[in-house]
Amino acid sequence: MIDTNVHLFQWPFRRLPADDPDEFVLKLKARGVEQAWAGSFEALLNRDVSGVNERLAAACRKHGAGYLIPFGCVNPHFPGWEEDLRRCQEIHRMPGVRIYPNYHGYSLADPALIQLLASAANRGMIVQIALSMEDPRMQFPLMPAPPVDPKPLAKILPGMPELKLMLLNAGYWDGDDAPEIRTIRAAANVWFDIAMNEGVGGLDRLVAATAVNRVVFGSHAPFFYFEAALLKLLSSELPLQQQMRISAENARQLLRDSAYSFKQLGGIEQDGEQFAKMRGH
Amino acid sequence: MAITRRTALKSLAAGLISAHVPVGAQEPAGLEPLPKQFRAWDAHSHLDQVPGNTPEERMDYLVRCMDKLGIERLIVSQGFDEFEDRPTPQQVRVENDRVMRAVRHRPDRAYGSLFVSPADVEFSLREFDRCVRDGPMVCVGELQCDVRCNAPALDPIVARAEALDVPILQHTWIKTGGNDVGESTPRDLVELARRHPKAKLICGHTGGNWEIGIRAIRDTPNIYADIAGSDPTAGFTEMAVRELGAERVIYGSDVGGRSFASQIAKVLGADLPSYAKELILGGNIRRLLAPVLEAKGLPS
Repeated sequence: MIDTNVHLFQWPFRRLPADDPDEFVLKLKARGVEQAWAGSFEALLNRDVSGVNERLAAACRKHGAGYLIPFGCVNPHFPGWEEDLRRCQEIHRMPGVRIYPNYHGYSLADPALIQLLASAANRGMIVQIALSMEDPRMQFPLMPAPPVDPKPLAKILPGMPELKLMLLNAGYWDGDDAPEIRTIRAAANVWFDIAMNEGVGGLDRLVAATAVNRVVFGSHAPFFYFEAALLKLLSSELPLQQQMRISAENARQLLRDSAYSFKQLGGIEQDGEQFAKMRGH
Repeated sequence: MAITRRTALKSLAAGLISAHVPVGAQEPAGLEPLPKQFRAWDAHSHLDQVPGNTPEERMDYLVRCMDKLGIERLIVSQGFDEFEDRPTPQQVRVENDRVMRAVRHRPDRAYGSLFVSPADVEFSLREFDRCVRDGPMVCVGELQCDVRCNAPALDPIVARAEALDVPILQHTWIKTGGNDVGESTPRDLVELARRHPKAKLICGHTGGNWEIGIRAIRDTPNIYADIAGSDPTAGFTEMAVRELGAERVIYGSDVGGRSFASQIAKVLGADLPSYAKELILGGNIRRLLAPVLEAKGLPS
């Protein structure tokens, strides 16, 4: 199983069970997770994003090559964000970045974001957009962060076919059938995790509305109980072969494609090969 | 490493075993029910947002979902169509009829829960007699309307529930940004509970913002915490058990808007001993329902 949506360190507003990376890794392994794509909770509120990414990369390295895959944060409104993106790929060997528009105060129509997406696409990096982190009804009263409106992506995506975009925690649009949402669901370069997929038959509906090769396992642990995503997958009506694709194969393929793009970069081809080898391809 | 069916199953099984859900290799879901000792009863469910055109069809769908996770029984509440926060008596009656149809269709897997509105107390009491005293229902709620539950209009309804010894599930939230008009909070329920210390009251959603909701009901022993219907945020169930004791925490899902999976994970994924999980998943609601089930000769 590959979990594409975990975070390390402490959630700003609550101590979570297993928010110590060592304990968290033990827990993930005990539940059969063979690889986890990790962001950092520190990225939400810390302004020194470069330091956040360094600590994230170090914590991931500590747990062995290829187990925790770091996804650093880039805030396109910060001066010098291009350097953060470069470091994520070239120094920290991250296959992608995870961004939090609702905590960093920009919309998906923001020109700065579009620049970031284009740069990441040029680098062959995966971009994970956390559309939300927490039910807005349960947020700390002095710091509301409403879910991100994904609709502007409908205009951006056709112009960026090389972009590999994953939408995390996309639970708040279930049932929304706006034309923009239909466009996003149909885009061949957009993947969806299942952490905030809800309702009876919710996962079956998500697969029907998107494509089985673009749905990936994501738990949003340790913020959520890991078992929520696991049981959603296993109690779905999807055939076992499709469950297996969602549980690992789709993420593995996406990473493999990302690694190939990575490999094509001039000057770091060897690293790209190591990157691929590290993941057993 | 190429993924194989065997490695995938092994991986999935490892996850489930640690969640106390043994996995087998059967098609299509590769999932076996909960161990029998858990005897999961879901104390908070609805028929809305469930596939199917009739209560019977929706009940069948829910039973299929329950079977995948090993949930033994549902307590079914109002909510087939869009929610009305000030329902007419006719709408209340229709909702109760739909619940009774679902329960009569699968009496082996569901019990019904009464919907009433304090906006019309006399009608509510007649509905109480029709559906609970003389009908198959064994519980009250989820009560949710545009009157907060600390209102005096609730008193005769609670008194009737006390007389028949049935629990009441009351919707509560403490929403960041403010509740809807008339939407109850756990503190409102505490006021009601203190006027009726013998009533058995279940605090729906534990106020959503559970860190506050648990504190609000902590000193009111006749209020139980319902963990249904919020995101599966880690630590919820552990805190509820720490502050209230496992005997006061009740599993529910709030399907169809929520999934059985995300909600039962709040118990299966919690760092709690097995005996606590047994109480939360079914032991506590069966204890609260025992008098009415015995009186009606229904299995518990």
